[in-house]
Amino acid sequence: MNRGLDGGSQTVVAISDVGKTFQAGTTALSGIDLEIGKREFVSLIGPSGCGKSTLLRIIGDLIEPSTGSVLVNGKTANQARRDHDYGIVFQEAVLYDWRTVARNISLPLELAGWDRRRRSARVGEMLELVELTGFGDHHPWQLSGGMQQRVAIARALSFDPSLLLMDEPFGALDEMTRERLNLELLRIWEASGSTIVFVTHSIAEAVFLSTRVIVMSARPGRISRVVPIDLPQPRRASSRENPRFFEYVTEIREALHLGADLDRQVAAADEEVRAQ
Amino acid sequence: MASIAVERPTQGAAGVSATARRIASFLLVLGCLWGFWELYRWVWSSAGWTWPFRVDASTMPHVHEILHALAQHPTSGSGQILAVQLLKAAGFTAKEAVAGFSIGALVGFGLGVAMSQARLLQRGLLPYVVASQAVPILAVAPIVVVYLGSLHVAPWFSVAVIAAYLTFFPVAINTLRGLQSTDRRALELMRSYAAGRWYVLWKLRVPAALPFIFSALRVSATASVVGAIIGEAPSSIQSGLGGYIVNFNQYYTLEPQNLWATNLVAALLGIAFFLVVVLAERAVLRRAPENVV
Repeated sequence: MNRGLDGGSQTVVAISDVGKTFQAGTTALSGIDLEIGKREFVSLIGPSGCGKSTLLRIIGDLIEPSTGSVLVNGKTANQARRDHDYGIVFQEAVLYDWRTVARNISLPLELAGWDRRRRSARVGEMLELVELTGFGDHHPWQLSGGMQQRVAIARALSFDPSLLLMDEPFGALDEMTRERLNLELLRIWEASGSTIVFVTHSIAEAVFLSTRVIVMSARPGRISRVVPIDLPQPRRASSRENPRFFEYVTEIREALHLGADLDRQVAAADEEVRAQ
Repeated sequence: MASIAVERPTQGAAGVSATARRIASFLLVLGCLWGFWELYRWVWSSAGWTWPFRVDASTMPHVHEILHALAQHPTSGSGQILAVQLLKAAGFTAKEAVAGFSIGALVGFGLGVAMSQARLLQRGLLPYVVASQAVPILAVAPIVVVYLGSLHVAPWFSVAVIAAYLTFFPVAINTLRGLQSTDRRALELMRSYAAGRWYVLWKLRVPAALPFIFSALRVSATASVVGAIIGEAPSSIQSGLGGYIVNFNQYYTLEPQNLWATNLVAALLGIAFFLVVVLAERAVLRRAPENVV
């Protein structure tokens, strides 16, 4: 089960029999069982409406599951959220326009009660980590989309959470920026030693980044296939040209199409099921 | 959120010429208005048209007569030239309006925050907040004056309370709207940090609502001047612009230009208030606003 960088045995996320039915009656998830080990990079991939974002939000205790339970670091998801066990990155950077880049990154630290000197030292480290040294005094609207997303990653990692939840973080970026940020994310993952759960639409992105890809199908959202990715670590841009890379991409594509064939029989809204 | 890098407009030579252009266009519009007034006056009076109203020295005094009146010694008042008297009166009214604006803005902000924090409070308070503005200010003003007068409060402060009555409403409504339109993702982010209610309010909701609040303050700035002028009548205050307006109203057929001149000064006071708020908004919204609020 565990395919993290160090191959350690600690379980970070334990999901058992999780289901989610929204008030409107839509069943977004049903019977999800998943364990994620320390230092794993797990991608959730699937068609719109498969509940991958919902699952990510349930892990982060942003919404509650209708059935089943989630443990993060052996605690309830709620307790883990209160203990600042995870950082989250959305598709949009969601930076506060009225704060500089540095003060955006230090926001969670202020909340955690860090004093000013520790905060500014930490912000310096984080800016270096995402290669934005010198941009601390800029305002978010002075940065490109890719730079904004790097700030969001720095902010999520600033308090050194053991778990990083990412909801299509590069979905709004162009292909070039996306590939560059993929490499950068892997470097950050190696440097920070955190566990990552990553939601994506892109098969290639999932294969390139992950130690394990969870293929989901829709209506109701469920896990249809788990594909461990045994490409050599650390990944390089050239990993995308590895023949095994294409085998994995094909395997996942077929798994997705199999799910899609089943879906086609179910007439329902094709919108991504989200909270509220 | 802009995904393209944006540079702040550079200050300096370009800034100066932009200011010059704005002043020029302002003067141009002013000149056009003056010209239009005099042209209308000339056409209507020489043609003898009486629709929609007869044009003569009492309905439409010449602009230069109005300006000339400012330099004259009016028959009533302290004996100084009208401009000096009106500026003093404007200063007095400004004091009432500033106090009223401050009280109204604080009360409005407080109400907005309170209503945003509990649905029950919003349901309970909002109808009364709306109803308060449906009551004519002319009916409320004497009640305020009599009530506060019985508490031995200075009369000008009663006027300030009346001005506050007109000020708080837009601030309360816009604060509420601003606090409720916080980006959902930003709220989720705060939830992921396990941020408490107050932290979310002060670090996220209020700074995000500032553009809403400032647009309300712009409206309120002029409303507070109007409120102060209206409030002076039932309080029998003679030293403010309201007192002059009541007085010149009685002599309108004899000296219409005096009332026009007073209106001009009152309008300028309202514009000055508006500009102060605009300047404050620029100063606050450029930097991290949460440090200022």
